[in-house]
Amino acid sequence: MAGSSVLLDMQNITKVYQMGKTKVPALDGVSLSIEEGEYVAIVGTSGSGKSTLMNIIGLLDSPTEGVFQIQGHRANDLTGRQLADLRNREIGFVFQQFNLLARTPAWRQVELPLFYANVARGTAREQALEALAQVGLAERADHRPEELSGGQQQRVAIARALVNRPSLLLADEPTGALDTRTGEEVMTLFEKLHREGLTLVIITHDQEVAERARRVITMRDGVIISDSDAAVAAVSGDQNGLNDAAPAPLPRPVAIEQNEEKMYEAV
Amino acid sequence: MKLFRYFPVAVDSIAANKMRASLTMLGIIIGVAAVLSILGVGRGASASILDEVASQGTTRLTISPSTESEGEGAGTPVQTLTMGDVKALSDAAFHPDVVEVVPQYGGNIPLVAGSNNKQTRVTGTTADYAEVHRLEMAEGRFLTEDEIAQMSNVIVIGATVATDLFERMQVVGESVRIDGEPFTVVGVLEESGNAGFGSNDDSGFIPIGAAHGRIFNVPRYRGEYIVTSVSANAVSEERVEAAELQIEQTLRLRHGLGADDDNDFTISTQASLLDTIGSVTNTLTLLLSSIAAISLVVGGIGIMNIMLVSVTERTKEIGLRKALGAHTSDVLLQFLIESLVLTLLGGLIGIAISYGIALLVQRIPNFPIDLLIGVDALILAVGVSAGCGLIFGLYPAMRATRLDPIEALRYE
Repeated sequence: MAGSSVLLDMQNITKVYQMGKTKVPALDGVSLSIEEGEYVAIVGTSGSGKSTLMNIIGLLDSPTEGVFQIQGHRANDLTGRQLADLRNREIGFVFQQFNLLARTPAWRQVELPLFYANVARGTAREQALEALAQVGLAERADHRPEELSGGQQQRVAIARALVNRPSLLLADEPTGALDTRTGEEVMTLFEKLHREGLTLVIITHDQEVAERARRVITMRDGVIISDSDAAVAAVSGDQNGLNDAAPAPLPRPVAIEQNEEKMYEAV
Repeated sequence: MKLFRYFPVAVDSIAANKMRASLTMLGIIIGVAAVLSILGVGRGASASILDEVASQGTTRLTISPSTESEGEGAGTPVQTLTMGDVKALSDAAFHPDVVEVVPQYGGNIPLVAGSNNKQTRVTGTTADYAEVHRLEMAEGRFLTEDEIAQMSNVIVIGATVATDLFERMQVVGESVRIDGEPFTVVGVLEESGNAGFGSNDDSGFIPIGAAHGRIFNVPRYRGEYIVTSVSANAVSEERVEAAELQIEQTLRLRHGLGADDDNDFTISTQASLLDTIGSVTNTLTLLLSSIAAISLVVGGIGIMNIMLVSVTERTKEIGLRKALGAHTSDVLLQFLIESLVLTLLGGLIGIAISYGIALLVQRIPNFPIDLLIGVDALILAVGVSAGCGLIFGLYPAMRATRLDPIEALRYE
């Protein structure tokens, strides 16, 4: 990480949703910087603001206040068209529910971002097959989602996220819909991609998933309550012992809240 | 061109939802097939009527009295066209382009044979009628000059009259009674094959003198029996207009019309008849087509409904596409072209069906009209279905573009 350049930078971001007459703050002054090649997990309970943070990082939403820069572009100043182009080029999305098109062969799914990047059909197919090979699904290029297991479907989605060679892969609960074994498969794939130099941001409430990241950012009530990277920096750079919170494992209450959330979701 | 990139996307999406797609297309299919078939029937009917009219000769002129325009008798024919006019028009010196002037006086009256009787259109006329109206005889012959001159009690009857009265066609020499008077059948007309325009199947023809003097109570004008119409032939198709002028001059003179007076008769030629028939069938076709076009509109609304459902159903897909970098215009074009492809496909299937109907109609023996589908109708059908797709696809497509990607991705 040392010596690499800043990929995205947030300064004092707030996001307020207007719910009828009341204003609901989702983010309340978040500052965050992620460098190229990092492997970051953002954790927090539902309502902690992590989804809003992800939407802003993914250029799907714009902050109410504060400055957000990605790859040197000030997102605040961009038009809808430019944002779409930037999403297309710089960000690969991986979703909890895979979000594959029904009854469509894998390679066509992977090709989709290239369609919007105006890549010629022949080239697009080639690149799509390459991306599928990268996630170990070269053999399954012609399979439809219905013919693939959950883990394979998520790998198709990851191939789709990678096909445009984005600078950032943004994954929202990527193992949330998978069993332990296939979830492990996906995490192993993420680690391989990270070693190959890809910047990864994973939003999760799964502690095991979060612990595998190099840097864990914890959110609660719209603010960052801990950042393992900052903590490390604080520990190494600041000998006053002002910040004596252990970076990992994370405090127990988070895990409890997480269980509560799971129960809540089940209802 | 970038636009064409959306067609494979549309085809994929339609292929992935075949059932929904075919239900959506149904409205357009039925609409296009209905419009094309009706246009085809209209064209076929007009062609067959025109054929028939043309087969009766294009040199014929028909003179009939005008109808009273005011007063108590408004709407009834003016009674000024008489046998005197017929004699005058027969003078070749003044009418070099007119030949075969044939008077007619007709009315509906029952024919009786034994215990059978039949209400029949009986026309008193002369021997040239058969020539001018191109009648074909099935049995016997038409009236002769001698019989006309002697006002003989002879009659030529249509095929239906013969079979209704005698239950057979070979009835030459039999006797029928009109108003108590016996008439000898001298000929039976060929069956015209349809009950349509210009059929004489239900007619009877007797010498004009017999009609005037004995059967009908015919009024006179200036001492001459009046007639219900006069037919004549022009010497050639090119001379029809000249013949018309010559007839008009003579009649105006004989009827004592001043320079400012309107004609108290009308001369219609086959050409003007063809025009009239053409405009009548066009109007009918237009009327029926507009009714069929309503089904196209209904079909279009069906497309709009399904596209709206489709947009809702595919909310998540739209969110995904936006996240992956689709512009608003990409989403708009995707859905617009999808509905365009749907309606075009529906239109093509509709065209195929109407052709199938046309082929079927041709195989029905003795069916009077063919279904004629012209290239212009095809272009119209394709254009209208494409238009339907664009117009009715626009609103759903715009709905799709307005979706917020975050909400859309969260949609279940």
